Amino acid sequence: MSAAMDKSSTGFRAWFNKRLPVDQFVADQLTGYYAPKNFNIWYFFGSLALLVFVMQIVTGVFVTMHFKAGETTAWNSVQYMVREVPYMWLIQPMHAVGASFFFIVVYLHMARAFLYGSYKAPRELLWVIGMLIYLALMAEAFMGYVLPFGNMSYWGAQVIINLFGTIPGIGPDLVEWIRGDYGIGDATLTRFFSLHVIALPFIIALLVMLHLVALRQVGSNNPDGIEIKEKLGPDGKPLDGIPFHPYYTLKDIVGVGLFLTLFAIVVFFVPTFGGLFMEAPNFEPANPSSTPEHIAPVWYFTPYYAILRAVPDQKLGALLMALSVAAFLFLPWLDRAKNKSIRYRGLASKLLLGVFFITFLMLMWLGLKPADGIYVLLARIFTTLYFAFFILLPFVSKADGNGPVPDRVTYHAH
Amino acid sequence: MSDHAADDTVPEVDESRRKFLIAATAGTGAVGAVLTAVPFVASWNPSESARAAGLPTEVDLSKMEPGQMTTHFWRKQQIYVVKRTPEMLASLPTHNDKLKDPDSKESDQPAYAKNESRAIKPDVLVLIGTCTHLGCLPKPRFTPGDAAVMANWPGGFFCPCHGSKFDLAGRVFDGSPASVNLKVPPYSFEGDNKLIIGVDATTAKGVA
Repeated sequence: MSAAMDKSSTGFRAWFNKRLPVDQFVADQLTGYYAPKNFNIWYFFGSLALLVFVMQIVTGVFVTMHFKAGETTAWNSVQYMVREVPYMWLIQPMHAVGASFFFIVVYLHMARAFLYGSYKAPRELLWVIGMLIYLALMAEAFMGYVLPFGNMSYWGAQVIINLFGTIPGIGPDLVEWIRGDYGIGDATLTRFFSLHVIALPFIIALLVMLHLVALRQVGSNNPDGIEIKEKLGPDGKPLDGIPFHPYYTLKDIVGVGLFLTLFAIVVFFVPTFGGLFMEAPNFEPANPSSTPEHIAPVWYFTPYYAILRAVPDQKLGALLMALSVAAFLFLPWLDRAKNKSIRYRGLASKLLLGVFFITFLMLMWLGLKPADGIYVLLARIFTTLYFAFFILLPFVSKADGNGPVPDRVTYHAH
Repeated sequence: MSDHAADDTVPEVDESRRKFLIAATAGTGAVGAVLTAVPFVASWNPSESARAAGLPTEVDLSKMEPGQMTTHFWRKQQIYVVKRTPEMLASLPTHNDKLKDPDSKESDQPAYAKNESRAIKPDVLVLIGTCTHLGCLPKPRFTPGDAAVMANWPGGFFCPCHGSKFDLAGRVFDGSPASVNLKVPPYSFEGDNKLIIGVDATTAKGVA
């Protein structure tokens, strides 16, 4: 039993804790959870992801109050809420912009894991659960993008749903089953709405909980990628660990402040973010007779979209696209280095990872460009580099990821 | 416990029997769970009214000029009807070597449209205006020689989404992300000028 329990062994608090172990929970999860003391800026994004998730739930609850799923009602209900319902001009864009911020934070959170080998043993399941959150988030974001039923919603949905038609044998029937009609219509929107507001948020919340449970089990990694649990002090606590609360809760609040400032600036002044967060064709209603000149998904899907378009064969393109997402799941087993952190790996590993980060950003950019001329060639080059990373990783990591690591974490008192 | 202590002959657990019963119970439960999923999964199929809305569409061809394209809706899909000119038809066999599937062997069309012009009447082309790549609308680019589309462009359709190119019979060109030709819907004629989209020419019955 922790000190917190002893202090409150009498009175209401004791009565309460005997029935609901709140103090014990706080002690286990926060005050008694020791995290490495050498966290840097990359360690803001986990808590920020949780923050955006909560924000999306809260704004989503209010958007749902005015939204009417349906072919003829969806677009008008969004226009109505933004123009006529008090303050929905603010809450609805918060929800739309929040989706982009969710992915910014999640991508940075994932980049951190790449840099410091946070997916490596013993954190393989932590990584896999995180990837499942990412997959659920992609489904959630896609359906959320379809719901307002602008023209890009319509055609984006058309492209994505038709991807399932490339599955041999069952494809065409599967597409009809997903839409619930011969085209995207009422049935499609109402089921997407249901999944978007009930099923997927519920699944994501469950996965986030598992992600946190797994994190508490294995402990946080750190920029040096060495296990603090291996160096315990006389009190049995890690010598290089500090209690999550108050030290990291306070640090995270600074991150929250900075994040909300940026978020507010975007929501107030550049909500469309130059057509990246909200695309121009989505400011006109869905029109089955008019394809936008360039169909591009929102920026967070474009790396995979660029891979899809780079392949001059429909089935192979869809397959490579699926593989490009699935490849992340195997990362813990593809990386065969002894050391986790990029700090203690050779030049080859650093180059490989650097090229991969650039490749991902280039594909992101290419996915926003039309599929012709030089862009197709570039997309093919970077698609090759993308997969080269996963193919080369086992060899490069084994060859130069085994140098000496420090005994204790690198830490400079501020 | 004392009862058992007094009686030394506790019957041994029959492990194989226990395993069988556990497996049988779990198996039955799993079958039940799968069967229970059936109504939920099936509820996603098109409803009766969605099916009913998929009735045939009629098109009056008498007002169409040669070389003109009109668009229609059938089952929420855009249908392209092109009145092809003799020049358009003459161009079809000239570029077979540049096509992925010139004889429409891998492509989806009713048997009566599996011919050189992919049509019942060569001058009337009926296509589902959904790119076989990922479902965008291919745009008509009928002017031959339009170099913005392709060198030696014979006229046809160009999909702006991912750059698939099709000829004036909806056949896909090499180098397109689409792998098969544009689909031909079931259709038939009533008299000379009435096109019925959604009713097969041979069976004269609606397609389920």
